[in-house]
Amino acid sequence: MNNELIYIILAIGIGVLLIIMAIISILNEKLSIAVIAAGVVSLFASILFLLMSAPDVAMTEAAIGSGLSTLIFFYVLNKIKKYND
Amino acid sequence: MIKNFLIGLVLASFVFMFYNLYITYEPKTELSGIAAHYAEKGGAEVGAANLVTAVVVAYRGFDTLGEVTILFLTASIIGFFLKLSKKDEERVIVHHGTSELLITASQILIPIIFLFGVYVFMNGHLTPGGGFQGGAIIASGVVLSIMANPNREINHHAILWIESISGISFIIIGVLGIAIAGGFLDMRIFGLGKFGDLFSAGAIPVIYSFIGLKVGAEISNILNKYQKSQKES
Amino acid sequence: MENLDLGKVSLIISFALVIIGFWGLLSQKNIIKIIVSFTILETGVNILIVSLGYIKGRTAPIIDASVEQGANHNVLNSIVDPVPQALVLTAIVIGFGVTALLLAYAMKLFRAKRTLEINKFNDLKW
Repeated sequence: MNNELIYIILAIGIGVLLIIMAIISILNEKLSIAVIAAGVVSLFASILFLLMSAPDVAMTEAAIGSGLSTLIFFYVLNKIKKYND
Repeated sequence: MIKNFLIGLVLASFVFMFYNLYITYEPKTELSGIAAHYAEKGGAEVGAANLVTAVVVAYRGFDTLGEVTILFLTASIIGFFLKLSKKDEERVIVHHGTSELLITASQILIPIIFLFGVYVFMNGHLTPGGGFQGGAIIASGVVLSIMANPNREINHHAILWIESISGISFIIIGVLGIAIAGGFLDMRIFGLGKFGDLFSAGAIPVIYSFIGLKVGAEISNILNKYQKSQKES
Repeated sequence: MENLDLGKVSLIISFALVIIGFWGLLSQKNIIKIIVSFTILETGVNILIVSLGYIKGRTAPIIDASVEQGANHNVLNSIVDPVPQALVLTAIVIGFGVTALLLAYAMKLFRAKRTLEINKFNDLKW
């Protein structure tokens, strides 16, 4: 029973961090901070998938959601920066 | 002011719906229905140790065909949208020079990343992994090489041929399933082999290798188009 | 709170992410922020689907030495549900494709009008 309790406490901790990062991502004015916060949400979701015994899904979410998606956002932000400020 | 009130109304209705769903939720205590059939007979019928791979490739292979089609459509639409004019093609990306650390590290890391990606999709039926994860890892390797040298020209013909041949081979294996074994995309066209070997589980390693190469080539193409779009004025 | 288990905690987390994603989608004015809210919404829905297949006290759906067939442990009694995981695998890759397509449209829109506020694009309004 001790094992399950540790997982539940870890999941609650990760959940609180996840919700705080999601709120920061929406409320902040600068675009680069919003994009990085969305990447961190994806990373913590990957850890949550691992806690729920789903290693395939955790690998896919870490590679595609947290890595490649954030990269594409930064390509677009680079193009906008030259003409905005 | 009225807009904020309406947004609050929509969100409050969502909270009400989710609260009702949460109250009447009972967690499952045992597998039932079709998951029980996959768990009991999956090892013997398909011969793969990874049951998620068995579900994605063997039992629901048609949905994987649909997903590969959607990715192909997305890559071709992005290739059409971000097409550069003739004058922009010849410009050079002006940059302050990439750092020495990135250039040296990329020369060591890129072959290792490709090797790891190929390992992940070839052993998709034994350990966690598979075609989509391996394809994403290969695409990260390609993006690292683009970042080390922003003016590097990726060979378009190589990516085109890899993607087309992988797609056509996937369809040919599916049609062979109709001719030799049970139905479309049945994996019993090769022998089932010994459980836990590399060459076991019928045609699953072959199918997943083709899917891994196709997904890797498509995502590299998308990222290359985004990189080239930095050139336009 | 003794009947709190991992499935219920993940359910609450995913509901919160979906609500935050919808709030961002409805109230933001910058197109890039709208796309970021869309990715948060997507992640929330994926967590929801995987958490519906979780069974307490069981392990990952891979047949190896600890879940052996024909031995003491029965495969039927020691793995979590593999079907929602297969569906979420597809959903994550398709979500990435949709995000890449949305960002290509955003680049083209910016090139046409040099602004990213969604209120300025009123060519199709009647």
